[in-house]
Amino acid sequence: MIRFIIRRLLLSIPVLFGIVFIVFALARIVPGDPCVAALGERANPEVCAVYAARRGLDKAIIPGLFRVESHIEVRLGEVPATLVDNQFVRYLGEVATGDFGDSVKFGQPVTTLLLQRLPTTVELGLLALLLAILVGIPLGIISAYRRNSIVDVVTMMGANIGVSTPVFVLGLLFAFTFAVVLKDTPFSLPPSGRLTAGTTVVPLAEAWGIQGLGGPPRVIVDFVSNMNTLNGLLTLNGQLLGDALRHLILPAVALGTIPLAIIARMTRSALLDELGLDYIRTARAKGLRDRHVVIRHGFRNALLPVVTVIGLQLGTLFGGAVLTETIFNLAGVGRAVTEAILSSDYAVIQGFTLVIAIGFVVINLIVDTSYAFLDPRVRLR
Amino acid sequence: MTMPTDKRAAPAAVQSGSARPASLWGDTLGNILHQRNAIVGLTIIGFFIVVAVLAEQIATFDPTTVLLDVEKGAKKLAAPCIHALGCAAERPEHYFGIDQNIRDVFSRVVFGTRVSLQIGLVTVGFAIVLGTTIGAVSGFLGGAVDNLFMRVMDVLLAFPALLLSIAIVVVLGTSLINAQLAIGIVAIPIYARIMRASVLSIRERDFVTASRALGESSTGLLVRRILPNALTPLIVQGTLGIAGAVLDVAALSFLGLGAQPPLAEWGSMIGQARNSMFSAPHLVLFPGIALALTVLGFNLLGDGLRDALDPRLNR
Repeated sequence: MIRFIIRRLLLSIPVLFGIVFIVFALARIVPGDPCVAALGERANPEVCAVYAARRGLDKAIIPGLFRVESHIEVRLGEVPATLVDNQFVRYLGEVATGDFGDSVKFGQPVTTLLLQRLPTTVELGLLALLLAILVGIPLGIISAYRRNSIVDVVTMMGANIGVSTPVFVLGLLFAFTFAVVLKDTPFSLPPSGRLTAGTTVVPLAEAWGIQGLGGPPRVIVDFVSNMNTLNGLLTLNGQLLGDALRHLILPAVALGTIPLAIIARMTRSALLDELGLDYIRTARAKGLRDRHVVIRHGFRNALLPVVTVIGLQLGTLFGGAVLTETIFNLAGVGRAVTEAILSSDYAVIQGFTLVIAIGFVVINLIVDTSYAFLDPRVRLR
Repeated sequence: MTMPTDKRAAPAAVQSGSARPASLWGDTLGNILHQRNAIVGLTIIGFFIVVAVLAEQIATFDPTTVLLDVEKGAKKLAAPCIHALGCAAERPEHYFGIDQNIRDVFSRVVFGTRVSLQIGLVTVGFAIVLGTTIGAVSGFLGGAVDNLFMRVMDVLLAFPALLLSIAIVVVLGTSLINAQLAIGIVAIPIYARIMRASVLSIRERDFVTASRALGESSTGLLVRRILPNALTPLIVQGTLGIAGAVLDVAALSFLGLGAQPPLAEWGSMIGQARNSMFSAPHLVLFPGIALALTVLGFNLLGDGLRDALDPRLNR
């Protein structure tokens, strides 16, 4: 098991390196003067010369490759001299220390902005995923068990429509239905924001009397504290929890619909594959209860492709979060990206892309490791 | 994945072995037409193709004309009005209503069909051509080239697709073609992997060895012997890929990174109508339905094709 994990860890190093290189390359291809892009109206030749020297923009991009004015120049003679002293190596150093530059629009370091925005996105994504799993898997199991019944046909039709409806269309229609059509009914739900104005959030550090805490533990406490639902749960603040959930439910359903449909379909087909096998017939012949056979024998073995597909949904989920947060006005990572797009805030887009891609490598690693737990065969391969 | 159940495939193989020697294409077409999903999908796609071809005849107005001085009584954000359904005769008839720039939504949705079908086909076409080339070369040559290409594909796959395409479009500049390019680039690894897997499994078969012994060149082997045998998974994935590409390009357009106004593209129509959503939901509803239906059509066809072309899944 340990060997399996170590091997997977080593395999992800080149991928991480490639991710950093791609984002770096994208950052260097951005048209226009990087100084003007970063400083905006404050940019002038003197300031820019200082800026370029400070950010190392006068150095080679990669060994032997220079940017002169707006075009790229190859100077093979300078390859040895620039082998270490180049922008890419410098960038690697910056990434390693968590420095992604400053956001022009938000006026703060990209890392700070990310830490501020991430809890909202993680909260939304987790809720959507939870919904997709808790509804999708049972629907898939019922559909497989009662194959070709009304439940099965309706579920599969719904799943087909679910995977085909864009998140942004669904989100907007939900917002319209629950905020306008059902306005004065008990089903009315807020179409935007994270909390109703006036709802107070007590930071966890304050609630627990640990304001003195610093360093990484404090970052983690603040991170959890910024997830309103978790904060409400941990401080037993029912009003906060309720209000946060009321604001999250529409975006989470909109975001979770596509994964839900995919999970339901995969559960159904994986379980159908299993239920046709001999060992299921044997289990039935032994006189085991039907439910026991389907859940404990069949579903246990059908779980692997389902976990795979859940792991694959995380990327889709994040892409969807960009759209959902924009629609429901949730100040998460996704909306920061769209706001950065509108103001050509390249540092934010690139920093976020990099950190999130790295995050996904880590998540995939965890998913892969969980296979090894679920299926001993994977470990031995 | 679970192991394929040989039991189920075996009787089918025996049957087809003893049946009359039917033509390959006839058999395939027959299989496809037996799939309910494929038929529904084909019908939906066929409908949209007809709409796209006859857009000029079907649309009631020009999709980009502002109706302010063209038609009396045309009001901004006016709800749909169909005379046959009881809308007052003095109001001008607009099946899907009028948008925030006083344009006919029905005509814009109709012309949007052309844009979306083009988006799907061109984007996936681009990804397939590049992806299969990379996959074929990779699988055929093996060794260091294979390793390099596949690691690059791994890196591309590590990014959340929409985020990487946003980063690419921001660099390339916002336009519909750049959005398609970005979505295409992000989709390349899928096709490269499929092609490589097919090449690896096919290149060791006897008929390939036989061709090689007969003096067929490497290119000939690849194009005439291996490629035709690798087509099935590519066609299935390509069809599903069109659905994904239409969705993703629409998402980029929704964010303002793809199609630019006044082009009638569904995603950008919805994006522009976002702020008038609560007073005029029809601006989101109709392009949204068109978008979802198109995607549904390609998804169903893709599923149907997979069921029809892959005998292992027959049930």
